[in-house]
Amino acid sequence: MSFLTLENVSHHYFTKNSFTKALSNISFNLKEGEFISILGPSGCGKSTILSIIAGIMKHTSGKVLLKQRPLEESELPIGYMLQQDYLFPWKTIIENCLIGPKIRKDKSEYKMSQAKKLLKEVGLTDIEKEFPDSLSGGMRQRVALVRTLITNPEILLLDEPFSALDYLTKLKLENLVSKLLKSYHKTAILVTHDIGEAISMSDRILVMNANPGNIAKTFEVPVELRNETPFFVRRHPKYQMLFDKVWDELNKTESTSLKSMGGAKNDETKF
Amino acid sequence: MKQNSDNHLFQQYKNKQKREKKIVITWQLIIFIGFFSVWELASSLYWIDPLIFSSPSKIIGLMMDKFADGSMLIHLQVTLFETILGFIIGTIAGIIIATSLWASIRFSRIMDPYLVIMNAMPKVALGPIIIVALGPGYFSIIIMGAIVSVIITTLVVYSAFREVDPNYEKVLKSFGATRWQCFKEAVFPATLPAMISTLKVNVGLSWVGIIVGEFLVAKEGLGYLIIYGFQVFDFSLVMSSLLLIAIFAAIMYKIVEKIESWLIKHTHE
Ligand SMILES: Nc1ncnc2c1ncn2[C@@H]1O[C@H](COP(=O)(O)OP(=O)(O)O)[C@@H](O)[C@H]1O
Ligand SMILES: [Mg+2]
Repeated sequence: MSFLTLENVSHHYFTKNSFTKALSNISFNLKEGEFISILGPSGCGKSTILSIIAGIMKHTSGKVLLKQRPLEESELPIGYMLQQDYLFPWKTIIENCLIGPKIRKDKSEYKMSQAKKLLKEVGLTDIEKEFPDSLSGGMRQRVALVRTLITNPEILLLDEPFSALDYLTKLKLENLVSKLLKSYHKTAILVTHDIGEAISMSDRILVMNANPGNIAKTFEVPVELRNETPFFVRRHPKYQMLFDKVWDELNKTESTSLKSMGGAKNDETKF
Repeated sequence: MKQNSDNHLFQQYKNKQKREKKIVITWQLIIFIGFFSVWELASSLYWIDPLIFSSPSKIIGLMMDKFADGSMLIHLQVTLFETILGFIIGTIAGIIIATSLWASIRFSRIMDPYLVIMNAMPKVALGPIIIVALGPGYFSIIIMGAIVSVIITTLVVYSAFREVDPNYEKVLKSFGATRWQCFKEAVFPATLPAMISTLKVNVGLSWVGIIVGEFLVAKEGLGYLIIYGFQVFDFSLVMSSLLLIAIFAAIMYKIVEKIESWLIKHTHE
């Protein structure tokens, strides 16, 4: 049974002088508890897909179904994590964590203790009353993770959440997120630039083309790799094989998207 | 040994700073005393017309009399009251208008040319119209004080609203936040520093509006004293009113500055 369904989803951005077709006929299914990654050149519409699923933007055409129901009808909580943590600097850590429940008018003692428990789980203790300024980048991103998980989202959307971190912090966080999501049996979509990250964290990888954004190819991650922690996956022999295949595909899409970019420019001059 | 020489350098640096500060204060005092002594001297030796330019001793004498019989205090109170009220009304109204512009993009588009015109317009020129419309009295004067600062507050705060990183709203919207919730949780607190910095500008502007308002209609207040003193050719009165305005405008500015730093510390941005 499909948990999330995208059917021929297209999206256009309109500006004063031109328009961009950011997505063209995107279709894919996501099963409950599945973790997929989206790879692709920058500007191919990865963030746009996530914004649509998060309900922040309305797609121009196509269907998005969450648990068989149109997205706009479902009130199900969705977790969205961005490249930067976007913690509110004027709120304490615990207030930042509880902003989701506050917006959903679901602020309770239970959520409070839940937040403390989650903070502990991501390795942050005794910082509830601190302000985000006093935390390092990795700590802040972990707080953002707690903020995302606290509403108990049906699905997690991760938009390059590790790309602003240093390598070591990034590896640690990958392990943590992977472990947490498995233990809570969360469905998730990860957008990333890093092939290794995509392979080591997900069950499936979508590679996208740009101009207009569409799915070029889908890769299944071998079963042996799925239940390993990201750190160990990177040392598995099957990892390298898949890495090479994805790499080739990405190179292909990179060069075609460069070509079609010229085409798109010409189109725009007409307007 | 190394530690000692480092400390020694630091001492030297501190001493130098202290000396610099002393020099600055000394010169400030010299200018202050020099200005008033030359004024006093020039007036008593008739280098300048004492009838027009008065003299420090006459001004002090007059102020002592007026404060002793309580009349100056009334004028001072009236003006301070009007200024503070005008300042608060102008600032709050500006923030409210900016909020309504933010709430409706269409409204802000419609209002755009009017705001430009209103901003370019010298607001005190509206004085006579306000007085005719609202009647001569405190109310008109307070509105004058408010109107001088309201448009600039609106523009500054509105542009600060629009500069808030849209990703904060994105985070909130992913939790299903309404536009109003986005405003309350992200846009408003993020622009608080910008709003606070308009306070300092507004406090100066309100004085302009109030004094001009008092020129036009008042029966009380420092602005009234200036006009009255001018009409009866009592320039000691004009000068002492000016002096009081200078002192209290500076005090209010300093208070707002203190409030500003307090607010910034307590809102943590
Ligand atoms: N708000 C917007 N207005 C106009 N064009 C946009 C907007 N956001 C994104 N785009 C365009 O849509 C395309 C896809 O953007 P995005 O989804 O951010 O790509 P990615 O996340 O894959 O880098 C890009 O060409 C980008 O320039
Ligand atoms: Mg992106």
